[in-house]
Amino acid sequence: MTDASLNPAAPKSLLTADARTRNRRAAEMRFRMIGLSAVLLGLVALVFLMVSILGNGVGAFRQTFVEIPVMLDPAALDKSGNRDVEQMKKVTTVGYGKLIEKALGAELVARNIDTQGLTSKDIMGLMSKEAPADLRNQVLANPDLLGQTITFNGFATSRVDGFFKGRVTMDSALRDSNISPEQLTVAQAMADAGLIEVKFNLSFLTAPDASELRPEAAGLGVAILGSAYMMLIVLALSLPIGVASSIYLEELAPKNKWTDMIEVNIANLAAVPAIVYGILALALFINFAGLPQSAPIVGGLVLTLMTLPTIIIATRAALKAVPPSIRDAALGVGASRMQAIFHHVLPLAMPGILTGTILGLARALGESAPLLLIGMVAFVKDYPAAPPEGLMQPATALPVQVYQWTQRSDPAFVERASGAIIVLLVFLLIMNAVAIILRRRFERRW
Amino acid sequence: MNDMRIVERTVSTDTAKMTARRAQVYYGDNHALKDVDVDILDKTVTAFIGPSGCGKSTFLRCLNRMNDTVASARVMGEIKLDGEDIYDKRVDPVVLRAKIGMVFQKPNPFPKSIYENVAYGPRIHGLARGKAELDAIVETSLKKAALWNEVKDRLDAPGTGLSGGQQQRLCIARAIATSPEVLLMDEPCSALDPIATAQVEELIDELRSQFSVVIVTHSMQQAARVSQRTAFFHLGHLVEYGETGQIFTNPKDPRTESYITGRIG
Ligand SMILES: Nc1ncnc2c1ncn2[C@@H]1O[C@H](COP(=O)(O)OP(=O)(O)OP(=O)(O)O)[C@@H](O)[C@H]1O
Ligand SMILES: [Mg+2]
Repeated sequence: MTDASLNPAAPKSLLTADARTRNRRAAEMRFRMIGLSAVLLGLVALVFLMVSILGNGVGAFRQTFVEIPVMLDPAALDKSGNRDVEQMKKVTTVGYGKLIEKALGAELVARNIDTQGLTSKDIMGLMSKEAPADLRNQVLANPDLLGQTITFNGFATSRVDGFFKGRVTMDSALRDSNISPEQLTVAQAMADAGLIEVKFNLSFLTAPDASELRPEAAGLGVAILGSAYMMLIVLALSLPIGVASSIYLEELAPKNKWTDMIEVNIANLAAVPAIVYGILALALFINFAGLPQSAPIVGGLVLTLMTLPTIIIATRAALKAVPPSIRDAALGVGASRMQAIFHHVLPLAMPGILTGTILGLARALGESAPLLLIGMVAFVKDYPAAPPEGLMQPATALPVQVYQWTQRSDPAFVERASGAIIVLLVFLLIMNAVAIILRRRFERRW
Repeated sequence: MNDMRIVERTVSTDTAKMTARRAQVYYGDNHALKDVDVDILDKTVTAFIGPSGCGKSTFLRCLNRMNDTVASARVMGEIKLDGEDIYDKRVDPVVLRAKIGMVFQKPNPFPKSIYENVAYGPRIHGLARGKAELDAIVETSLKKAALWNEVKDRLDAPGTGLSGGQQQRLCIARAIATSPEVLLMDEPCSALDPIATAQVEELIDELRSQFSVVIVTHSMQQAARVSQRTAFFHLGHLVEYGETGQIFTNPKDPRTESYITGRIG
């Protein structure tokens, strides 16, 4: 050391900053700015994502409907005349289609709408192919409607729907074999007369998927149900198994080579790509155990496998965070290991465990890769039954439905895929909110 | 040393409640306790004194097998309670700990209500038949721990919300609620103010009529005030053990003398 450094420096004023202080302040300021810009960048990306998804997807929740009075002619729909539903089923959608076609023509005449020289078949082309089936279901559900004139609310085709949402224009219609500019002119006239309207469409959330040709009728009902079934299975299996194994590993198991190895392997499992779990499930549950393809039970099992490491890691961290003095206190008054765990440690670890579980579930809800491999990508039109039988019946899942819809050629499905993403995001938001609420509720100071 | 009031007390009994012979503790390779021979007498207060890190807590934790929870700890030698080896394979440490209560160095109440803290031990050991009896146990325990007056109106408040000294007295109440035969206290007064300390010391003196108390303390005055027997530990050895009066007025070992006169520590 030099003499100079030992000499007390001349007293410095607190009011003027020296070079060191200025440097330190500048460095701290730079760090702050970097952090702030990183956060801002993230926010901008998030806003962009939200805007693009909402912009594309909100339309899926609104749909163009054609509303016309239809006379349900008993002579055409119930030839036997005794209102027997089994007999009435003999009339196919073709019969109902004719009825709608007639009603549509009559309504246009009554409203004085210029049909631009289109045939009544072309006019009928404004309506979804789903409309006759819809009417048939209504009548079969309630045969007393026969003979009455009801106001029928049917889907317009996706092209007409696209026209009112701005996706389809007169120009694009010129090049489109599915729709002509004349048809759109009639549709516009019908809208002006109040026969066509864009309304909230609940069936987007409840209806099953529909074929390539009728995107307007496609809904998320089966996918939501399938996802819900799988989440039930994941919750029912992974929470108890995960918590039990964490308690064993963290509190009871001796610390040796074996438990170290298990620990490393669990950490590795958490990082295994999801698709690998799909291959495992295909081999194990479908080929070996013989469980049905496309069934929520298999999906639930594979997602359970995937979620378990996450839950175990979160639970062990939560258990580790409980101060050892609490365990000592319990043991000190003569509680057994088990009593100490269940009476004191577990309640304190609960917020962490629940948060980890819900985050694991949320990840499982959004997972699609393993489901593709076990056949959950199939086109499923029928709702699965209530559990437990329903667990073995084919279903789809929300993320897979998104994937499927983006694969289809009709641009109307892009809108529906974005709509499905919104639904998925809402579910994820709800789950994360529940995680936060639970954590707040269970959180205790010690 | 002038302010120390050493009261000559007669040791009430000469029957040994606990005996340790050649007790050794290793933490991994660290030989923390070496060849300790101690008789802890029934209905007597025994004080352990010695510089920090000399193994007082370690030995205390051997007496109720709390060292079992430390993975690296190995205990050897023989420790007996009423003539029975507590490290025998047939001994359930849980049953042992119900008989030998412990108050820890740092207050560690459960994050539950004050009432639940005290009632927990009696409840898991089935000591009370019905709510009324449990209430009575809680009340007498809190009264003995000199805490009742401060908390009687808020038994449902969390135990962790009390001040440090109150928490320690709550832990004492919790320990005596299970009516142990031996009470081990690891520096129970290190977080207490002089008034609470005096109350706890009074309590310890009272408890002596029912069971033996072992207290670790850094306060020579406290050891002299409350104990009848004193053991001085140094670097893992039991240097000297005898009647408190003798240890403080006429220590045999020069190390004891230097410690109590403040020269090593
Ligand atoms: N859990 C443990 N793991 C490893 N070594 C330990 C452990 N607990 C104590 N030791 C070691 O054992 C020796 C004795 O420690 P102990 O806690 O018994 O001291 P003490 O006399 O109670 O000290 P203090 O008065 O500071 O509380 C120390 O060297 C310490 O490092
Ligand atoms: Mg200690």
